[in-house]
Amino acid sequence: MKSRISTLFVALVISISGSVSAKDTVKIAYIGPLTGGVSANGIGGRNSADLAVRLKNQDPNAKYKYELVAADDECKPNVGVQVATKIASDSSIIAGVTHYCSAVAMSTVDVYHKFGLPVMVWGAVLPEITYANNYKEVHRVNGTMINQNEVAAKFLTGLGYKKWVIIHDTTDYGKGHNKYFSQYLTKNGGQILGTFGVTADQQDFTAELTKVKELKPEVVYFGGLTPIGIRIRTQMDRLGIKAVFEGTSGIKSDAYIEGLGKLSEGSLSFIEGAPWEKLPGGLGFIAKYNQQKYPDAPEAYGPFAYTAATLIIDAIEKAGPDRKKVMAVLNNTQNVETIIGKVSFDDHRQNIVPLISKYVAQDGKWVVWEDSLYAKGQRKLGQ
Amino acid sequence: MSFDIFLQYLLNGLMLGVIYAIVAVGFTLYFGVLDVIKFSHGDILMVGAFAGLTTYIGIAGTFESPWLQLLVLVLVSLSIAAFLGAIIARYLILPLQKAPPINTLLVTLMLGLALRELVRLFYPNGSNPKPFPRLLPSDGIAIGEFILRSDSLILLATGVITILAVQRLITKSKVGLAIRAVAQDSETARIMGINFRQIVLITFMLGSALAALAGLMNGLYYNEVNFSMGLLLGVIGFSAAVVGGLGNFYGAIVGGFLFAALQTVGAVLLPAILPSVPSAYKDVFAFAVIIIIMGLKPTGLISEKSSERV
Repeated sequence: MKSRISTLFVALVISISGSVSAKDTVKIAYIGPLTGGVSANGIGGRNSADLAVRLKNQDPNAKYKYELVAADDECKPNVGVQVATKIASDSSIIAGVTHYCSAVAMSTVDVYHKFGLPVMVWGAVLPEITYANNYKEVHRVNGTMINQNEVAAKFLTGLGYKKWVIIHDTTDYGKGHNKYFSQYLTKNGGQILGTFGVTADQQDFTAELTKVKELKPEVVYFGGLTPIGIRIRTQMDRLGIKAVFEGTSGIKSDAYIEGLGKLSEGSLSFIEGAPWEKLPGGLGFIAKYNQQKYPDAPEAYGPFAYTAATLIIDAIEKAGPDRKKVMAVLNNTQNVETIIGKVSFDDHRQNIVPLISKYVAQDGKWVVWEDSLYAKGQRKLGQ
Repeated sequence: MSFDIFLQYLLNGLMLGVIYAIVAVGFTLYFGVLDVIKFSHGDILMVGAFAGLTTYIGIAGTFESPWLQLLVLVLVSLSIAAFLGAIIARYLILPLQKAPPINTLLVTLMLGLALRELVRLFYPNGSNPKPFPRLLPSDGIAIGEFILRSDSLILLATGVITILAVQRLITKSKVGLAIRAVAQDSETARIMGINFRQIVLITFMLGSALAALAGLMNGLYYNEVNFSMGLLLGVIGFSAAVVGGLGNFYGAIVGGFLFAALQTVGAVLLPAILPSVPSAYKDVFAFAVIIIIMGLKPTGLISEKSSERV
């Protein structure tokens, strides 16, 4: 009898001590396009945020156990608002790594503000997301399209190109790119021969492109995302338009190159930050990413999603799982070392990213301009 | 506008028109024979295009000749679509024959959605646009700014020949006679010994094969297919069929070319007349004109009174 009691006692002690050492689970959200035309970027971002969570959970010194709640905004504003409302109204979720598509990010900021959910945008580049309101909940770890377009305009005018045609989709994202690019292009001496607004799901661009052909531009600037980027580039070829194809960060995905094959050669794209190989913590990031054996690549904005998730996790470690306290910590982010370099938020909680990388599609890969055969003069754009 | 640029617009418009007309003919066949509106037609088109793409991936290493590859993928794609059409007719359309027409419309609408989602979720990397193989010769002649590529010409000719062949099938063949008889009066046709069920199945197989052909033409023309390609094409094909006179074969063709012309004119004229209006509004323009035409001629451009159904 005595031995039975002592066994029971030991078991009780073990179970109590076990429950004491078990960590509380803290949920953070990830929202991005997991299906639809730009899902390659969304899935890469999700995996990257998930990597941050997995790594923290392996850390024995972590105060909490983290769980990533991933949701699909389909890159559609109406779906984004529904998903954001669902996530924000779930009080067990403390913060979110949110949105790749600008039109979606723009439409959801009010939701996060209303519900007081601190979020960090990881891919959308429309300046208004952080600058149009003064919502303390909304942060952005990547740069804006203002920086991107300044570089994009200076770059090709610097190479001697003069005549442009602009094609942009008529979402906030495309219109924003048109606005900032036009502004910087004219400032740098470029001439805009024509501007075409197209819908984001348009299939046939032959009418617009015939007009473009008539205008004889040296460069076609495209402000939009991968799916219609592929279509426009294909149909340019069909109509024999030889101009240089200059895209934005919206086409910087492997899907663009896969969709076009050889035709992608010589397309240009710009992103905030640098390729992972050149990021301060890029090699470490990609090594850890590959260790987890995700079936998909992290894509261009994966490192930003990882950084956003890491900053949120660090804030929770510091302030505890409380939305308001986490928000306060995130608001005061200054000079924090991350894999993308130092992160500092300005008065609108926008990370100041001075570095923009230029890319050119070369032999079926996006290559940093400076390392490409084009920069070395061995190949010529628009051939 | 110079003449060569005008020719380019004309060719673009004709290419669109022929694809729209083929889609519209499908809608008209279903409506003519069974009075049903099959809203999954656009998605059958997409399934046909993906079936073609998959076949190409499967046979790319087996056959060297692109013409042989093309022949195989057309045959497989059309057969799959025709089979799917027969299944839909047998298990969705015929059982609902006595139900209100709205039920058929809803069922096919939902089927279209299901097909779209199936491709998106289960086709490898199905949510991204897929490059469609360039199997047709891409050489061409340039007259000033106008480029006439062989592949465009082949596709245009294929479209026109297909429409003529379907027209001949319906007006000259025994099967066509039976289809027209069922379209005119299914009860009398049955009494005259026509196998109603068989004719319905044949009509749906024919319509679905036409959709698959339009899907393949679309893929070969744009060199890209995606899971949502059938959505707008379905709506445009349906509008074209309605504005031409739903149930009327020639009306569908007129409607298809009319819609393409309106889109092309809209894309060119809108930004020229109103600089603040982007060419993105070309569909709005085209649909607005269609609505006006519908208001003026509610039974379509070629109404049933002046012509036979199908």
